[in-house]
Amino acid sequence: MHISILLVSLLGMGFIAAVFGFVVLNSGPRDEDFGGIAKRGYFIRLWWFIGLCAAGVLVSVWSLIPFPLQASSAESPRIIQAVGRQWSWELASNSVETGEPVRFRVTSQDVNHGFAIYGPDDKIVAQTQAMPGYFNDLDVTFEHAGKYRVLCLEYCGVAHHAMVAEIAVTEKH
Amino acid sequence: MTTTELRYATPEAQRAPVVKLYLGIGLLVFAGLMLVGALMRAAQGATMLTLAPDVFYQLMTLHGAGMVGTAGLAALAVNWYFLSQHVQLNPKIFLATLLLSLVAVAMIVGSILIGHFAAAWTFLYPLPAFSLGQWSKGAALTFVGGLLLLGVAFLLVYLDMGVAIVRRYGSIARALGLPMLFGREPIDATHSPTVVASAMVLIVNVAGIAVGAIVLIMTMLHLIYPALAPDALLMKNLIFFFGHVFINATIYSAVIAVYEILPLYARRPWRVSRPFLAAWLAVTLMVLAVYPHHLLMDFAMPPWMAIMGQIVSYASGIPVLVMTAFGGLMLVYRSGIRWDAASSLLVLSLFGWAAGIIPAVIDGMIHVNLVMHNTLWVPGHFHFYLLLGVLPMVLGFASYLCANGQQGRTGLVAVAVYATGGTLLCLSFLVSGALSVPRRFAVHEESWQWLGNVGALSGGIVLIGTLMIAVPILQKLPRARLASTGIGARA
Ligand code: HEM
Ligand SMILES: [Cu+2]
Repeated sequence: MHISILLVSLLGMGFIAAVFGFVVLNSGPRDEDFGGIAKRGYFIRLWWFIGLCAAGVLVSVWSLIPFPLQASSAESPRIIQAVGRQWSWELASNSVETGEPVRFRVTSQDVNHGFAIYGPDDKIVAQTQAMPGYFNDLDVTFEHAGKYRVLCLEYCGVAHHAMVAEIAVTEKH
Repeated sequence: MTTTELRYATPEAQRAPVVKLYLGIGLLVFAGLMLVGALMRAAQGATMLTLAPDVFYQLMTLHGAGMVGTAGLAALAVNWYFLSQHVQLNPKIFLATLLLSLVAVAMIVGSILIGHFAAAWTFLYPLPAFSLGQWSKGAALTFVGGLLLLGVAFLLVYLDMGVAIVRRYGSIARALGLPMLFGREPIDATHSPTVVASAMVLIVNVAGIAVGAIVLIMTMLHLIYPALAPDALLMKNLIFFFGHVFINATIYSAVIAVYEILPLYARRPWRVSRPFLAAWLAVTLMVLAVYPHHLLMDFAMPPWMAIMGQIVSYASGIPVLVMTAFGGLMLVYRSGIRWDAASSLLVLSLFGWAAGIIPAVIDGMIHVNLVMHNTLWVPGHFHFYLLLGVLPMVLGFASYLCANGQQGRTGLVAVAVYATGGTLLCLSFLVSGALSVPRRFAVHEESWQWLGNVGALSGGIVLIGTLMIAVPILQKLPRARLASTGIGARA
């Protein structure tokens, strides 16, 4: 997921760079007939616009249905309270089994924090904000066993980077 | 200039000195804050330098607030300079805005360096009041008060700009070209894109700063009377609305440099048309509606806002890609343009803006945001817009005004250095983001540190490029006769 996001972005940016490169390389010699250039330009622009709109509709439909933040349909997930405070996490439980639907009920006692679960490969699995006065439910079903970590992803003061907790995920018996 | 233009324009001799002050101060501050940025990246790399976390977060607050504020003021100078060709603006008010801003800057810098305030430029409530001993209430009040004063300074000059626009065009809506867009008036090809952009900036940024003022005052009240604690989610909405609108208004002000100067170089006109006006109306509305994409990870927000955030995020990229970047390229294609520091900076700025939209829009998708939010992906995309977009617009403007474009080959080398360093820096952020490296971390894990070092070196390259561009400008600036037309014509 993470790397494909990077690759798609680089591809898009590379395309834009190529178009700019093409135009800069073809900036001369001067063609006095700007009317003619503009006419062809408007034609390309129209299709560029239609293409972007069409891509937008497709991507939006594909990525928004079903709504990505919907609570999981699991019957009765195991609920684990997670409370952030400057500068530590308090998890009601630190051990989970693979395949077990878990709902982290995340809040904060003081300022905004970010509750982000990092996998054993050090990549983010999922996240939500930890807000004073609110509970955000984050549904996760761990697929692989290993040591997961919770890092804080909302800047919360001088020890923000050191606000780490661990979750041990074990194979289901 | 036509006679109508001359009748309304601010006299040339009154416009130059204040704009020079803005640019001179701006360039110096940019260079200094770039050094701060490079130091932060080096600290994250942990081989060249280590910084204590409290110092890192103070520098981060300084860099963020300083860069956003300075970019805002420099873009304002671009906007003011070109708008003053069309309407009668008051240079004294413009100067007063600068002086108030300098007082604000002194308050902000003092609160950080003396008061150790370090709640980041977004001062996310209620962090300013919860320092756990790092900074005092007084320091927080001084920082927040400084931002408030900066906002007042902007509103002051906006008032002058708004009144002047209404005096000539009748209303802001008419300056934005709405009657032409909806066919109630014929398309007037002499209506300046600068006036359209200025109208858009006034509409969104007055709203943005007003909301900013509200949230700043609420933050101050909370600092003074802790019992008066507003809702944290409400404050977050207000803060991101303000921050998003302000930084966007900065870009849309600075792009006026491209609309005005690139045509002179290409010797081709950039005229208003119905699609152009439609794009600017769309942008006006979307800049105001898109901020929920900052709150996608706040599941307490209503789902329709998250959906709107994602869709409007995508949609607001379209006018830039279809109108501004494409229009600029059409102007340049087979124009026989003369490449010098100014023209290449302006084309670079369109590239940086357009390219930065891609990672931004992708991060605006809820699925992606779940794994990219608040990683270094975010500074990755916005440094594209700002470092490779807004700054080249401002630098290109300054270079054009000082006829520094004349310096030819050295100017081009400087721009190449700048662009290379800037691209590498942004890529170091984006790759970090893809590896889930968090943003705003004073201390990075070992496996992330090489990217910090790459970023620090790239930052150093950017700084060298900036100095190569800025030093000749600063040398010429005091004596430069700001010529509003004609430089490109010599090409
Ligand atoms: C040499 C050029 C630059 C370098 C090396 C640099 C470096 C950095 C670094 C290391 C960070 C902190 C990243 C993190 O979250 O860990 C940062 C944040 C930021 N930079 Fe830059 N930067 C540069 C230029 C700019 C420019 C030109 C602007 C705007 C005009 C800018 C605006 C910002 C902002 C708004 C932040 C966010 C601060 C925060 O998270 O609170 N930077 N930059
Ligand atoms: Cu934190």
